[in-house]
Amino acid sequence: MGFMDFFKKKNSGDVAKDRLKLLLISDRADCSPDVMENIKNDIIQVISKYMEIDSDGLDIQITQTESEGTNGSVPALFANIPIKDLKHTGK
Amino acid sequence: MSEVIVITSGKGGVGKTTTTANVGTGLAQLNKKVVLIDTDIGLRNLDVVMGLENRIVYNLVDVVEGNCRIKQALIKDKKYPNLFLLPSAQTRDKTSVNPEQMKKLVDELKEEYDYILLDCPAGIEQGFKNAIAGADRAIIVTTPEVSAIRDADRIIGLLEANDIKDTKLIVNRLRMDMVKRGDMMSIEDVQEILAIDLIGAVPDDEQIVIATNQGEPLVGSNSLAGQAYMNICHRIMGEDIPLLDLEGKNGVWTKFKGLFKKN
Repeated sequence: MGFMDFFKKKNSGDVAKDRLKLLLISDRADCSPDVMENIKNDIIQVISKYMEIDSDGLDIQITQTESEGTNGSVPALFANIPIKDLKHTGK
Repeated sequence: MSEVIVITSGKGGVGKTTTTANVGTGLAQLNKKVVLIDTDIGLRNLDVVMGLENRIVYNLVDVVEGNCRIKQALIKDKKYPNLFLLPSAQTRDKTSVNPEQMKKLVDELKEEYDYILLDCPAGIEQGFKNAIAGADRAIIVTTPEVSAIRDADRIIGLLEANDIKDTKLIVNRLRMDMVKRGDMMSIEDVQEILAIDLIGAVPDDEQIVIATNQGEPLVGSNSLAGQAYMNICHRIMGEDIPLLDLEGKNGVWTKFKGLFKKN
C-alpha cells in the first residue's frame, strides 16, 4: 500500500464484500443485522472479563456444518476471536 | 452414465440461459449427447438464444400433458445432431407442471442422453422447484454484484435443503479492469463469501451479445468467453483444467489486432 492510499476512500469492491458478509450472516441466521450486532457485543463483553481481545478483529458467522448424530447439515455459530493478552486475574 | 444438471441463480438476468446454451453446445462439441430443457414456463428464451425459435411445434407442457411424445417435442440443433432442445410453453404458467412430472420426464430422458441441462427460471417459487426436482447436480450462476450474490446464497441454502449436494459456482460477467482497480469483487472474493467450489469464470465479453443476437452460442470460438465456457464443459466432464487468464487477452497485442479487425 502506497503512502497516498491512506487518504483514499475504501475501494467499492471491498465495501461490497464487507456489506455482503454481514448481510449473509443475518440472512443465514434468519435474524436481523441488529440482533447479530447485539450477539457480537455480548460475546465481546463476556470474553473481555477473562482476556483482552481484539474487538475489531472479531468475526462471527453462521454456517452450515454436517451434524454428527442426525443426518443432514445444521447451522452453527462460528466465532473467531483474536486474543491480545491473556489476563490471569480470573484465578 | 448420464447426469442431470440444473443451472440456476435466484436473481434474473445474470446469464442462466446464455450459460445453458453455451455449456450445452460445448458438451455437444465434445461429442456428448445433450438435451437442454427450458423450464421457464411463460417466459421462454432458450429457444431464441439457441436460434431455434422457428422450429418449435410442441413444448414442455405438451409433453407433460401427453399431447405428444417426447421425441416429437425435441428440436435438433442446427449444427450439432447430438444436441436437442425441449422448449418451454409461452402461453401457460408455472403451475402447468409439477415437480413429480418433471422428475419423471427427466428420468425418461436419462436413458438416452449423457447430459440433461435444465435452464431454471429466476426466483424460488414453483418454477424453481420444478427445475430442481430431477437434478443430480447444480450450477449456480452469479455476477460479482451484491444483489446476485445474496440471491445465490439463498439458492445454495435451498439446494442443500433439497438434498442437492453437488453445487458448483460460475462467476459471470467479470470485468478484470474493474477488479484490478478494486471496484468489482474478484473471483476469490465471491468464492470466499459463498463458500462453494468454482467451476468457471466468464468475462464480460461483447462477443456474447453479438452471438446471442445471431442465435449462435459462441462456446469453443476464439473469444475469451468462448474459451471460458469450453473450459467449464471440460470441468463438468471431470477434467482438471486451470482457470483461464482473463487478463491475458486484453493486452497490447489484442488491442493492436483489434485495430485491424474492425469493419
